[in-house]
Amino acid sequence: MEFKEKLISSYLAFEEDMDLSDSVHDTRAEALKVFEEKGFPTKRDEAWKYTSLDSLIREDYALFPKSEASIELKDVKKYFLYDTDTYKVIFIDGVYSPFLSNTTHDGLDVCLMSAALTKPKYRDLINTYFNKIAPGDDSLTALNTSYAKEGAYVYIPKNSVAEKPIEIIHFSSGNEEALWLQPRNLVVVDKNSQVQIIERHQSLTEHPVVTNSVTEIYVHQEAFVDYYKLQNDLPTASLIDNTYITQEKKSHASVHTFALGGKLIRNNLRFYHKGEHILSTLKGVTILEGKQHVDHSTLVHHSQPNCESHQDYKGIFSERSEGVFNGQILVDKIAQKTNAFQQNNNVLLDDKATVNSKPQLEIFADDVKCSHGCTIGQMDEEALFYLRTRGIPKKEAKALMTYAFANNVLESVQLPSLKKRINGQIARKLGVNLGFEL
Amino acid sequence: MLTIENLHAQVDGKAILNGIDLDVKAGEVHAIMGPNGSGKSTLSSVIAGNEDYEVTQGKLLLKGNDLAELDAEERAHLGIFLSFQYPVEIPGVTVTNFIKTAINANRKAQGLEEMPASDLLKKIREKAKLLEIDSKFLSRSLNEGFSGGEKKRNEIFQMAMLEPALSILDETDSGLDIDALKIVANGVNKLKGKHNAVVVITHYQRLLDYIVPDFVHVLFDGKIVKSGTKELAHELEKKGYDWIKELA
Repeated sequence: MEFKEKLISSYLAFEEDMDLSDSVHDTRAEALKVFEEKGFPTKRDEAWKYTSLDSLIREDYALFPKSEASIELKDVKKYFLYDTDTYKVIFIDGVYSPFLSNTTHDGLDVCLMSAALTKPKYRDLINTYFNKIAPGDDSLTALNTSYAKEGAYVYIPKNSVAEKPIEIIHFSSGNEEALWLQPRNLVVVDKNSQVQIIERHQSLTEHPVVTNSVTEIYVHQEAFVDYYKLQNDLPTASLIDNTYITQEKKSHASVHTFALGGKLIRNNLRFYHKGEHILSTLKGVTILEGKQHVDHSTLVHHSQPNCESHQDYKGIFSERSEGVFNGQILVDKIAQKTNAFQQNNNVLLDDKATVNSKPQLEIFADDVKCSHGCTIGQMDEEALFYLRTRGIPKKEAKALMTYAFANNVLESVQLPSLKKRINGQIARKLGVNLGFEL
Repeated sequence: MLTIENLHAQVDGKAILNGIDLDVKAGEVHAIMGPNGSGKSTLSSVIAGNEDYEVTQGKLLLKGNDLAELDAEERAHLGIFLSFQYPVEIPGVTVTNFIKTAINANRKAQGLEEMPASDLLKKIREKAKLLEIDSKFLSRSLNEGFSGGEKKRNEIFQMAMLEPALSILDETDSGLDIDALKIVANGVNKLKGKHNAVVVITHYQRLLDYIVPDFVHVLFDGKIVKSGTKELAHELEKKGYDWIKELA
């Protein structure tokens, strides 16, 4: 049986645990129809021209873990950013782990999507926000929606600052031969509030895992969301991340994506504007090796005047790794005085590494400042020579240059301990000891 | 210290150096002058080990070690330092961290332990003072947003920290105002001694008023066409380079 068929036929089993009279369930059923009709995207779809899911969906995956895996804290502690002092929503094989988590309902909600989807007190919120920005016609998003059941639910009420960052981590235990995960997250940040979130997917064994994740983020008036995606998984783990953000006036939403490891990663990151004086920030560092493949597909839809967006993606590719950047900026006729900037700079360290970079600017307003720049090059030999004349060996010199190249993205990381962690990961990835802490 | 015999080098098949002979002894300062395009910068790049240039003939020795098969970093470990005309910017890496990386890379090559942090800081403070560099400068990203003068001062600061046997200063005077020039020259003068040597590459005589050479060589068309003492530099300043071309 093809995996697509399995996804459709397994839906009956999934439904058994659901409340079928619920309106959420209607949403799921409709979404399944979309997926059934559209199926997995193929290279014939323009948006998937450079990324093929064929090698992933040829395999078979368990959709529901058979047994509950237990993980010792000591085995996964290293994947936490902080030992203490964060809210944590931790899942193992898609199942909530109360033991590893640290949730709250004290002034803000950091809890579970399963609770939000089923408990009456969240009913209004779910009716207002669930699946409202995720596009109905995207097949992978629809697939996620049809199985939407668990994930993180975050609600920050108005005029409040989440005092601790929130870590959302999805572990896969390796209990299954191969596992398909579909977490569904919802983040609502009310007027004049702030939150910082770190999201991570981590395999603990080399059993194949594919995660098809959907996150909807609502950023209300004057709110600030600072979101970090840490993608540094094993070479057997793949991730399709669909993140949809809607912003109201004078809000700021920032997403940093650090794609440092995994088999295949596709980031669909979409920003929608619902008011004026909005700031959207999209930044990324991609460092790949082996046969890894990362595809960043971004959209900022400027549909209101006086808004600003900044995109800055740096990529460093060695061996046979492949990078794709597809950055779309859409400026509606009404969106005058838009400032929209996009940068995508890539360095290829080996002959067999490839990058496809495609800026897509569609501008219908006449009084705007939009710019884009895309570069694909080799490492600057002159700069390497400079470092080597100081006695720094070639490998370390390359690492220093790589670090310098990615630096302006790293600089904007607001959490010092996260910045340190990422710097450490990059240094390890480059396999050097530079003699100082980056 | 440095022995160059009949050195020929080319880049992209184009001959730039056409048989250079030069002998620099410890404790000496040599100036290499010449018009634009005479091969001055090529010579410094070839000595430092830039792989863009191919040595086709001749010999290059430092303290008796044949440099032919050595990479740029290995030459640095032997004690060659090149002060660049256009130093490279490294965002996100501070001057202090960069120097720490460089010093410890050199120590590692010599089989030494890393320099203790306290010793390193002491040395940084001492050498920064010598070049009138303030501590704020040291925590800035290497060369990023530096003025021309700051870049050159930073080059000499690195030289001071690395204590090379042979320093090659490539057009160190370009882009410097007179005050910066004096500071840089003063730094170089304090660093030179019995056991090291300096090769100053310059188009103009100006720098040589402050770093006084023992010998002056004139390079033209990839060859040294005339050698002399510091008076030769004055003569060039007065007469220009045209008469040199006739010697070639």
